Amino acid sequence: MKRNSHRTQKIAFFFLFLATLLIVVPVGLILVIIIQKGLPAINWQFLSDIPRQGMRSGGIFPAIIGTVYLVTGAIIFALPIGLLAAIYLSEYSKDNLLNRVIKLAIVNLAGVPSVVYGLFGLALFVVFFKFGASILSGSLTLGIMILPIVITTSREALESVPQSFREVSLSLGASKWQTIRHIVLPNAVPGILTGTILGLGRAAGETAPILFTVAAFYLPQLPNSIFDQAMALPYHLYAISTQIPNVGEKIRYGTAFVLLALVLFMNLVAIIIRYKFRKKKKW
Amino acid sequence: MVKFEITDLNIWFDSTQALKDVSMQVLANEILSIIGPSNSGKTTFLRMLNRLNDLNPRFKMNGDVRFDGEDISNIDVELLRRRIGMVFALPLPLPLSIFDNVAYGMKMAGIKSKKHLAQVVENALKHAYLWEEVKDRMNESAFKLSGGQQQRLCIARTLAVEPDVLLFDEPCSGLDPISTAKVEDAMVKLKEKYTIVLVTNNVKQAARVGDRTAFFLSGELIELDKTEKIFTVPQDKRTDGYIRGKFG
Repeated sequence: MKRNSHRTQKIAFFFLFLATLLIVVPVGLILVIIIQKGLPAINWQFLSDIPRQGMRSGGIFPAIIGTVYLVTGAIIFALPIGLLAAIYLSEYSKDNLLNRVIKLAIVNLAGVPSVVYGLFGLALFVVFFKFGASILSGSLTLGIMILPIVITTSREALESVPQSFREVSLSLGASKWQTIRHIVLPNAVPGILTGTILGLGRAAGETAPILFTVAAFYLPQLPNSIFDQAMALPYHLYAISTQIPNVGEKIRYGTAFVLLALVLFMNLVAIIIRYKFRKKKKW
Repeated sequence: MVKFEITDLNIWFDSTQALKDVSMQVLANEILSIIGPSNSGKTTFLRMLNRLNDLNPRFKMNGDVRFDGEDISNIDVELLRRRIGMVFALPLPLPLSIFDNVAYGMKMAGIKSKKHLAQVVENALKHAYLWEEVKDRMNESAFKLSGGQQQRLCIARTLAVEPDVLLFDEPCSGLDPISTAKVEDAMVKLKEKYTIVLVTNNVKQAARVGDRTAFFLSGELIELDKTEKIFTVPQDKRTDGYIRGKFG
């Protein structure tokens, strides 16, 4: 009996380990392949030059800049609105059917296919508001796409701050808003940043939402204003991989490498900020 | 002088009645101990006084509660809570430094002068008998203090707002006997300036510090009298049974 349970445990551990391996190995392989094939393409010219000879040589600088603009714009739009909505939902809204439905709807919006957001952005920003295909339209579309992620993770972060802190603060005569501002928010920052990181990564990597709203196939110059079109890394990668024949493998993997590095770099910055906050955390 | 005048108070959480027809007074500058088994409504009563029950969406109440003659539902809730301080059952420092914990209430009330804040913080810590232990480490996290020190910090934090009334919700339930004695000493001395309502599970503590003692059972006020009377000649045999430890 005892030996038997021991064996069951070993089998269980084996399968748990196998499942973990099945996740880690593909991710590791993707990283290795992209680094192996992409790294040789990386040099100063590749990062700083515009694409040349029908994008078969030259660099990807406009696409990098475009993606940075789009991600920044999306965050500028989504973080404040998402945070305010999260504060309302977690701190002010009453626990009734309507608010439960709203919360559920927001969680589910995170699962809507990104191409739907792309079409929505096309209809609303490009056509209705007449922003045209522009950085503004693309940023707003990406912003709307990542709003559910920002709201949901921020709400969870706010709700994980112990209720007792709120009671203590209120019992000392602080108002509800003061309590949120001085006690709840500072302790929820790491969780909010996590949500922002997830949103950033998604905004940087998506192709469909920018396809109709901003992305240019090829632009010889950098955008001058938020009403200009821009190139972007994911769309550029799509274009050189499927739309243009005979693009060197080095350039394609180099582009993928830059996109990956950009997302990882953003995550790294956020992780460092989060770590600093956590060290300051006093409970 | 009457501090709180409570008339026909009923409290429900959804359909569960927590307090039934409670009418009583809390007098100025007394320590009123409230004893009774768990679920007898003691803490609900206490949290009603500073309207902390309002945070619970299931909370309903009727009846008349007057603080210095004024209906508590007519008083601005932040102002009411500034005048009625509360010390909770567990030491609950805010995730701030020792100094900021004590200064928190005043800062929220809009006091900015650093000199004034430092003075009030020092006084409050002295009144809670904590100053000597923390004066050199004011910028450390409050979580680095021991449990007993944390609870005295919470008392200092409450005093710093300069309330009229102090509510203690089983303040010694997590403390060792020496820390308990220190907190009780502090309470007795604070009586000169403050009205104190003390909810306690420790019958002996009520006997030691209370001027008057109220006995709650299943949401009803069974008996309220001078502490000596409650502990020597209680009128109700349920009170007698509880303080003798026959149930509870």
